[in-house]
Amino acid sequence: MIPELGQFALALALAVALVQSVVPMMGASRGNLVWMRSAQSTALGQLVFVALAFGALMWAFVVSDFTVRNVAENSNSLKPMLFKVAATWGSHEGSLLLWTLILTLFGAGVAVFGANIPHALRARTLSVQAWISVGFISFMLFTSNPFDRLMPPPVDGRDLNPLLQDVGLAMHPPLLYVGYVGFSIVFSFAVAALIEGRVDAAWARWVRPWTLAAWMSLTAGLALGSWWAYYELGWGGWWFWDPVENVAFMPWLLGTALLHSAIVTEKRGAFKSWTILLAILTFSLSLLGTFIVRSGLLTSVHAFAVDPERGVYILGLLGLSIGGSLTLYAVRAPAMEGGGIFAPVSREGGLLINNLLLATATGTVFFGTLYPLFLEAVTGDKISVGPPFYNASFVPIMLPLVFVMALGPFLTWKRSDLKGILQRLWVVMAIAGVATLAVWYMVTKGPVLAVLAFGLGIWLFLAVLQEWASRIKLFKVPFSESLRRARNLPRAAHGMTLAHLGLAVCIFGFVGSSAWKEDVIAFARAGTVVQVAGFDLTFEGVEEVQGPNYVAARGTLAVHRDGEFVQYLYPERRNYPVARSQTTESAIRHTLAGDLYASMAEPAADTAGDAWTLRVIYEPLVNFIWLGSFMLVLGGALSLSDRRLRVGAPRRAKTPVAAQPAE
Amino acid sequence: MQRILVLLPILVVIVLGGFFLWGLNPERDPNAIPSALVSKQAPTFDLGPIDGVESPGLKTADLSAAGEPVVINVFASWCVPCRAEHKVLTRLTRQEGFPLYGINYKDKPEDARKWLAELGNPYGRIGSDETGRAGIEWGISGVPETFVVDASGKVVWRYVGPIATEQSQDDLRAALAAARGEAGS
Repeated sequence: MIPELGQFALALALAVALVQSVVPMMGASRGNLVWMRSAQSTALGQLVFVALAFGALMWAFVVSDFTVRNVAENSNSLKPMLFKVAATWGSHEGSLLLWTLILTLFGAGVAVFGANIPHALRARTLSVQAWISVGFISFMLFTSNPFDRLMPPPVDGRDLNPLLQDVGLAMHPPLLYVGYVGFSIVFSFAVAALIEGRVDAAWARWVRPWTLAAWMSLTAGLALGSWWAYYELGWGGWWFWDPVENVAFMPWLLGTALLHSAIVTEKRGAFKSWTILLAILTFSLSLLGTFIVRSGLLTSVHAFAVDPERGVYILGLLGLSIGGSLTLYAVRAPAMEGGGIFAPVSREGGLLINNLLLATATGTVFFGTLYPLFLEAVTGDKISVGPPFYNASFVPIMLPLVFVMALGPFLTWKRSDLKGILQRLWVVMAIAGVATLAVWYMVTKGPVLAVLAFGLGIWLFLAVLQEWASRIKLFKVPFSESLRRARNLPRAAHGMTLAHLGLAVCIFGFVGSSAWKEDVIAFARAGTVVQVAGFDLTFEGVEEVQGPNYVAARGTLAVHRDGEFVQYLYPERRNYPVARSQTTESAIRHTLAGDLYASMAEPAADTAGDAWTLRVIYEPLVNFIWLGSFMLVLGGALSLSDRRLRVGAPRRAKTPVAAQPAE
Repeated sequence: MQRILVLLPILVVIVLGGFFLWGLNPERDPNAIPSALVSKQAPTFDLGPIDGVESPGLKTADLSAAGEPVVINVFASWCVPCRAEHKVLTRLTRQEGFPLYGINYKDKPEDARKWLAELGNPYGRIGSDETGRAGIEWGISGVPETFVVDASGKVVWRYVGPIATEQSQDDLRAALAAARGEAGS
């Protein structure tokens, strides 16, 4: 009964979305206020119906209703409750429902919190958002219905892939989707502005908080996903340049560019058409990700069950939304130019470099991800593109970005004095230089590029601190005065400082854990000693342990350093009888200086006899990655809470075409 | 100039869309691993027999000695899918009458002996590849794997995974028929 109600709610949501995609748009063109306002109620209605459908599906998972095919295929009565709930979005159909839920959530968000946005723009934005809803809800109802029944029902379900039974992963898709799908509202704003035919500073200011919210969530989702891969999968790494990771990373890169270019549009009225293009492309990349993950186009470890019919449907959706918006862009963009004039060395110039580099980096990742497909289509050869490509292309693009990033906040609008800035920063430069040399002296192995990247991280960290200190005149005026200045500084400024510091911290983690890690693989019997990075690990044997829905072989490793006992590590190899699969549960000793990471696999059947395969990795500084990501998110949150973004209701310029800057 | 520039994004997207549409072809399997060996001469290797099994060993020259296409199956007693495949291969070699040769990959002779005693031995020849050296020469990515080598000793077909499904059996038959046809013409 309840699954049918869910399906019914989904059908109603489609009907509401259809109304919303037409009426407000027509209202906006005819100046009919009632029609325009209808978007607010329909947006809320959509959210309610999709949420009902989502609740119905979740209910089916919670009570383990195996007459629903989706539940039977992805859940199991023995599973802990948390993972029953999380299984709701563990499958293709369920995750699509979550996708749509978040889509409607953002639409409802604009309906509720967008009181300062002009009626016409809000109505058009919500209509565009409803077009996307129509596409995805119909996709679900016609090709991937999550409420399909199964007769006769099986006695017990097939269980979710045990790799996915983890708290980090249970939270990873929702966060990632909030980011991914959150860019939809920015896309809708952009398309609405194109239809309306005007983009001005006020538009940029309305769009920025939504961009920021989506960006924060995407950052958190990516960090959580890589953390999960690192500590759960036992792969001994946190990023693999896998196609599915890349398609989530590309919207992040371009979204970061958008975040910065929107500042220029808001403050100076420049970069308009570029900002619009970025808004369209960022969400297009999100859609592309959805397409690639669900169509089986590329080889990946993450893919859902593949069905060509679905692939064609999503490709059609993609063609309509991306093709339509870019055609509209081609027609309307030439008409909107103008904006502030600026010298090459200025804050605009700095942000331009930021955007060029980020866009190039996105292009590089895009090319690397899809190159196997292009090559196979043209020559028939099959290849895979891996880390060496990205290390040789992506990293060298990001390094100058980090260098310029340190200078950016010092630059003033319109025209700036580079010589003066470099003079102010010479102490920082000297310290960073000396520190780089010190690192180079200490670390004898690893590529030179790593030392350079680490040095740039130090440079960025110190320069950002100095910029912040100079704003509050730290040590120049009495401390109480500095404190007062810090309080009066807009929260957005603190947010920027924190986020930029966060990136510097991330860089330390990236470099340390990828360039300087130590990796040992050994066949271990009881008594075998493995040495890595100054630690001695003694393998003391394996015992069998019973879990809720698995049986595990647990190894015991005694860790010593310089002859002194440190702690025990217990890596596990878990066997899930129902799902008939196995997972690796690595054991990690976390410290800020680095992680000692142990995982093990079954005795190799051949020459090694009964010895277990033991892998021990020392990953220096790896926790800085998650610390830095946390700072990035927190910086975004601080910036989002800024008064200006909350209540700063900018007035739209009177003259419709030639917009004035907001200042 | 600018009018052309703003058309650029949509043009790029149209080209990409074409590639994606091509990529959705249901016949296309991005996970299929092409073998570097297919349509090349079989690699050079020389394997002795398994101790205590009457089948003789296997070396490169044996592949073309039969004067007809042969099927090479890489198996191991520790490999579970091999067990499923074993029955199918036994039936197929009896029905179709092709010579079936085995490469016993990274296996202990006593285990392999026990395994063959239990399940039967359909192999005309078995090379014991205890070190996995021949496996490297053949470029296998795991067990089981199956190859068809034509009368001239050229590898014409490769299959990764167990030959158990109807599809894989049909593919094997088709590969054999093609190899026979080529030799006849």
